[in-house]
Amino acid sequence: MRDSRVIPVLLMDEGQLSKTTRFSSPRYVGDPVNTVRIFSEKGADELVVLDVGAGPAGREPDFATLATLAAEAFMPLAYGGGIRSLEHAEAVLDLGVEKVILGAAAVEQLDVLHRIAARSGVQSVVACIDYTERSLGRGQRVVTGRGKIHHDVDPVTQALRCVEAGAGEILLQSVQRDGTQGGYDLDTIRRVGSAVPVPVIACGGAGSLADLQAGIGAGASAVAAGSMFTFYGRHRAVLITYPSEDTLETLLP
Amino acid sequence: MITLVDYGVGNLAAVVNMLRHIGVPCRRTGDPAVIDQAERVILPGVGHFDHCYRQLVAQGLRDVLDDLATVRKVPLLGICVGSQLLGHGSEEGESPGLGWLDLDVVRLPANQGRRIPRMGWGEVISTRPNPLIDDPRPRPPRFYFAHSYFMRPRDETLTVGLTSYGVDYAASVQRDNILGVQFHPEKSHHYGMDVLRRFAEWTP
Repeated sequence: MRDSRVIPVLLMDEGQLSKTTRFSSPRYVGDPVNTVRIFSEKGADELVVLDVGAGPAGREPDFATLATLAAEAFMPLAYGGGIRSLEHAEAVLDLGVEKVILGAAAVEQLDVLHRIAARSGVQSVVACIDYTERSLGRGQRVVTGRGKIHHDVDPVTQALRCVEAGAGEILLQSVQRDGTQGGYDLDTIRRVGSAVPVPVIACGGAGSLADLQAGIGAGASAVAAGSMFTFYGRHRAVLITYPSEDTLETLLP
Repeated sequence: MITLVDYGVGNLAAVVNMLRHIGVPCRRTGDPAVIDQAERVILPGVGHFDHCYRQLVAQGLRDVLDDLATVRKVPLLGICVGSQLLGHGSEEGESPGLGWLDLDVVRLPANQGRRIPRMGWGEVISTRPNPLIDDPRPRPPRFYFAHSYFMRPRDETLTVGLTSYGVDYAASVQRDNILGVQFHPEKSHHYGMDVLRRFAEWTP
């Protein structure tokens, strides 16, 4: 019986889906509603949708688009992007979205995260921790604003702060591995996973089923991927795929 | 027609989306007079136990729900915290529950390194024939769970489905016309559609 989850991540910007590499060079992937429907039909465990344009542009969540996505998602749907207040979070959850994902707000407005968790329960709040390597091997730091704003805090400390404030889950994303399909940053997954009691979703770098296995093996409760479920073959043609339940049941605990 | 109790908490939109998808008529309302007309009720719930209970009472729904569930005995399905509310109360807070089912709600232990909250899919094994899950199948159905507290019946015959997460506990409970599920059928693909369809057609 499989406890772990395998989660496609969709990046949305101005109503369209794209996929980035190291948080830049977005490539158009398709229409979000259609893509959510395909993942739902394929029986995906859960979906993460990130509006990567909202936060940096200072936009609110696109509630209308989210409502149409939620209507197609017969599995848990987590949404992040532009959530800066309790009101935003409640409006998103009210559309039939299970979880709100806070990135910038989890660094700059931890009280907002706390209020959302107190109102809607810790299981509704995911803290997204994007991080990069500092130069000269001086460790890692948390970034926001699609990697452009650097913060003087490391992912483990940030994860502990978020859990203390009420995050029920951590979405841990390596900027440097985003879109590379070269495998997860297992060391950081291990360190964050052993520091917090809540589930950790590993993100950034998945390229194969073996990578998913390694992520779970390092202590992640869930493994997320964008490119792996979006691109197919050597020429990276766009094709939405998701492993069959039989495959996942065999490979993952 | 299923009446969804709208008391300001819970994933009502998700339930509406799935009922629509499977073609089951429903309405969402928080008006006691409309709820009073209900022939079939879903009581959702998400978040803190006390917040859910207080909202229910603050909206003046306690009496009409008591009447529907225990006097007129209409089919009623509690989901997640909506199911936990069917019992006496929860370790999560101090407020009582609706008290219709003889069960308590207790914290999930972090057994065998399990992370809390439980977030993920789990198989549900039916312990006796019940209105929601049609057994046997080649494999038990799988449902999505997202919670930190679980239902512990004082009366073990209430349990109709078991799940396992470091500890075995009730995933679904039933007494007469009252049903509760800890998992989220509205987010459990075709397994959840089956549950809601069966609830919509069930005559206790």
